[in-house]
Amino acid sequence: MGKLLELNNVHSYYGHIHALKGISLHVDEGEIVTLIGSNGAGKSSTLRTISGIIHAREGKVSFDGKDITHIEPHNVVNMGLGHVPEGRGIFPKLTVQENLEMGAYTINDPKAIKERIELVFELFPRLKERILQFGGTLSGGEQQMLAIGRGLMLNPRILMLDEPSMGLAPVLVDLIFDTIKKLNDKGTTILLVEQNALMALSIAHRGYVLQTGGIVLTDDAAKLKQNEMVQKTYLGIE
Amino acid sequence: MKQFAASPVYKFFLFPIGQIIMFALGSSVGLSLITVLLAYVFKFNVTNFDLVERSLLILPQVVINGLTIGFVYSTIALGYTMVYGVLEFINFAHSEIFMVGGIVGVQLIAYFEHLGILATLNQYLVIALAIILAIIISGSLAVTVERVAYKPLRGAPKLVPLISAIGMSFFLQDAVRLILSLTTGEFNVILPQFGTFDEFLLVALPGMADPLRIQIKSVIIVGIAVLMLVVLNFLVNGTKVGKAIRAVAQDRPSASLMGINVSQIISITFLVGGALGGAAGVLFALKATKLDPFVGFFPGLKAFTSAVLGGIGNLTGALLGGLVLGLLESFAASYLSIFTNGAFGAEYKDIFAFAILIVVLIFRPSGLLGETVGQKA
Repeated sequence: MGKLLELNNVHSYYGHIHALKGISLHVDEGEIVTLIGSNGAGKSSTLRTISGIIHAREGKVSFDGKDITHIEPHNVVNMGLGHVPEGRGIFPKLTVQENLEMGAYTINDPKAIKERIELVFELFPRLKERILQFGGTLSGGEQQMLAIGRGLMLNPRILMLDEPSMGLAPVLVDLIFDTIKKLNDKGTTILLVEQNALMALSIAHRGYVLQTGGIVLTDDAAKLKQNEMVQKTYLGIE
Repeated sequence: MKQFAASPVYKFFLFPIGQIIMFALGSSVGLSLITVLLAYVFKFNVTNFDLVERSLLILPQVVINGLTIGFVYSTIALGYTMVYGVLEFINFAHSEIFMVGGIVGVQLIAYFEHLGILATLNQYLVIALAIILAIIISGSLAVTVERVAYKPLRGAPKLVPLISAIGMSFFLQDAVRLILSLTTGEFNVILPQFGTFDEFLLVALPGMADPLRIQIKSVIIVGIAVLMLVVLNFLVNGTKVGKAIRAVAQDRPSASLMGINVSQIISITFLVGGALGGAAGVLFALKATKLDPFVGFFPGLKAFTSAVLGGIGNLTGALLGGLVLGLLESFAASYLSIFTNGAFGAEYKDIFAFAILIVVLIFRPSGLLGETVGQKA
């Protein structure tokens, strides 16, 4: 149970906007860790910095002991770090099948790709029914399933999920969170960004609370759930 | 039926060819009908009463000319539209990529003539070699232009690479002029006469007194353009790289999270677009026979218009737009003087090409075939 992913005093910018102001966190192998916080707290920016879509200007991001601070996203993905982006990032004019194939872009063996697609269909049978449909014509829940399935195509060691519950009906939110739990039971480490703090804290082992680009609180998920400030701000309990 | 639709022969051969034929026929018939209709309307205002008959007599020839130039426009337009799909910016240097392709092809043929082997070589082999060389040079030039002038500006506001593209366009024009002047002493290049390209195939049409005269080079231009369109269709829809190009066009950050090297895909897009432009340059040279470093401007502008007409970012749209524009131009060139009794001549044809751009931009800004491939969700 070593540290799989570690951020050390990371600062990131969008142009002149200082988005992350010294984030330090770590995710151990086999854990579910969640980042909670309100809009603009820097949750998505943290994930984007980890996968290299934006690069940290200061600080260090390391994955499995290797420094990945300045590595391009397509190489980070190949190291075993899956990122399901905010808004799902489905290719609207590619079919479900093609979307999944894109997820396995770096695999050259068609048989291996087929096997992985089958595994995704086992996880989300609904996708199999939609196999030849364009990604853009799927419902929100199906798109989220596709996004997660696509993120699993390279069999990542850690899967980073950005707001998987966004815009979904409660029954689908349950399904997505059950699946995340299932994936974790099978050994995939999860880094979960959520606005739905209650759901996130109920499946996570540990959590970090972000505010305006910095971490203000970290603890075991169960303890965070009991924390007065967290209850008041993010769980809506007075 | 579903199985048939999924078979590769249908998907990569029958479907694109059918589509091309449909577009070519559709736009030819459409414009012909409009012309005949106009002929009936104008008939009573013009002193010569055989206007309809005269219009019909030249109609097949007009259609053939229109299709020939239309396919050249389509091939160039694909370069604009592919780059737009991926980067959402207009590569104004594409007209110079096209020009370089044409000049390189002509220079190769002139070199064969200089060696004295032009007459002995098979004429189709000569064309093939010229096109292959143009594809290589224009393709690599397009990739280099992207590396030098656009890649450093990625992430800058969209107007910045656009200005860089215009600058690159001027630079290439003058660079080619300089190279040509230094090596040959003048900057016009003239396609040597060779082979039987200027001869005519005579096709007897039922119900017409004179046989239809089709210049062999028209057949070659259309044939090669169609071949390249089919290959492009296969590349974009049938290969992994093609899927990656589409993925990058649809959602660039997402594509990078799939392990797709976005910079590499952008380079490949420029390579393919440049190669098409270069080949189109040779085809254009076959028709125009005389080129200079500034010859790319008008065909480039027309091809850009075609791309917008069809819906920029949309590959099928570029094909359709090119054909429509080529035909429109040919119809305007031939019929203006007939309909106006000589008051306006063929030199006004460009008004129609650009008027249609304005009309499309006003009434259907997304183009004939609608939304762009590159539109972000």
